[in-house]
Amino acid sequence: MASLGDLKPSKKIVPFVNESTLVPVKSNKQILWAWRISLCCALALIVLLPILSPDPYARILRVLPDGILNTFLVTICSMALALIIGVLTGLGQITTFTPVRILCTTYVEIVRGIPLLIQLFYIYYALGKFVALPAMISAIIAMAVCYGAYISEIFRSGMQSIPKGQMEASMALGLSRSQSIIYVILPQTFRIVLPPIGNEFIALLKDSSLVSILAISDLSRRGREFAAATFTHFETYTMIALIYLAITLVMSKGVAYFEERTNYYEN
Amino acid sequence: MKTDQTKTKLRIEQLSKTFNNEVNALQNVSLEVETKEVVVIVGPSGSGKSTLLRSINALEIPDSGSIYLGDELIHMDPKHIRLVRERIGMVFQQFNLFPHLTALQNIILAPTRVKHIRKSQAEERAHDLLRTVGLTDKAKSYPGQLSGGQKQRIAIARALAMDPEVMLFDEPTSALDPEMIKEVLDVMVHLAKNEGMTMIVVSHEMGFARAAADRVIFMDKGQIIETAPPQELFNNPKEERTKRFLNHIL
Repeated sequence: MASLGDLKPSKKIVPFVNESTLVPVKSNKQILWAWRISLCCALALIVLLPILSPDPYARILRVLPDGILNTFLVTICSMALALIIGVLTGLGQITTFTPVRILCTTYVEIVRGIPLLIQLFYIYYALGKFVALPAMISAIIAMAVCYGAYISEIFRSGMQSIPKGQMEASMALGLSRSQSIIYVILPQTFRIVLPPIGNEFIALLKDSSLVSILAISDLSRRGREFAAATFTHFETYTMIALIYLAITLVMSKGVAYFEERTNYYEN
Repeated sequence: MKTDQTKTKLRIEQLSKTFNNEVNALQNVSLEVETKEVVVIVGPSGSGKSTLLRSINALEIPDSGSIYLGDELIHMDPKHIRLVRERIGMVFQQFNLFPHLTALQNIILAPTRVKHIRKSQAEERAHDLLRTVGLTDKAKSYPGQLSGGQKQRIAIARALAMDPEVMLFDEPTSALDPEMIKEVLDVMVHLAKNEGMTMIVVSHEMGFARAAADRVIFMDKGQIIETAPPQELFNNPKEERTKRFLNHIL
């Protein structure tokens, strides 16, 4: 039937594109070793540098914790909002109701064509002309709107990668289209999209360093302030880079876990 | 109009369907199937036999013609189609089990969500059906853990769970390894002989047709060419095209 045509049979596999970090799955020894070595080095340096050379490394470490907290706050809030936007607009992109479908696809198209930095400026400064929002709120909205578009695409291609026969079997049993999506298509989609969503999470954490431009005291901002005040640019940015690296490496292990788990019920 | 409407389970009148820029998939096909009758449809690929089957539960919307289930005309609007689909079971070539659900969950999904039957009651019925298809020990297995033949038997149980009046089988054994075909056909023969199910089966399994079919229909190029009881159609086909086709597959 016509409405089924929208879930096209697609040979496409949702790409586990590693835009952010290489995912240390057990089956890839090379990446797994690279991951182990990087993490060990990063952690060792984070611990050893302050011990061996307390000034300035120990001092740097002391000013960073609330920056890290702010980075996590921005990342987690944006991600939560981006997931909601992503699922809704992802569904919107495959609905049979044409105006909604066009609207959602246009949103994805527009947002993906504008650099995140410009989107941040746009929401904080440009739209600030009409509604002045606190920097933190602006930052979270901008990141969520941006990543929502990418996540929307992941959901759309994830849903369309579910074989057409699933929708047919479900509807042949008498389920409605929305019931079929809720009970048959979405549960399978969630498992497929977990790894790419995890990658987006990591990418978002790294991109969150951009919000420091809006005077939000995240990890990057705290570092920059300290470096400017003490002229210890080399030491400060070394420490900051190591901390970002350690966090993303731990997160990529989480993605690897999901990636290894996704296919367990398949042949 | 037929006089003994009560016996006719399914009536298809002048059904036509053309796919985008393709040849006619169905050309004015008419067919009546009686209650408890088992009809097997054979024909070369592209003959329209799957399209005919899929039109019956509106997985394909025909361009023209009408389909009656019992005395009721099937309207091609989503609400009515849903109600009709509840009454028609379908088994697919590729099984199409839901891989994220166990065998038992596959079977009870539609009864609990569509018919709003209590879960405990649906599960009880599901276990009965698993016994019918000989897979009582596989209730908690995921489709990925089952063989092709087992998957197809679960798919049959899933369709039966809605207590359909008619069962449609779309090449149910074509995707199976040879050693698994029999276990599926055995279930189908049981349905036909012991349960008195009305069945329309697209399949080239002559063994099944001889054992269970009341009628075999030969289709070619979107038309019904010949209809006869299995012995007659397989042994003494009247039409030239039927003979040629049978020579190919026998």
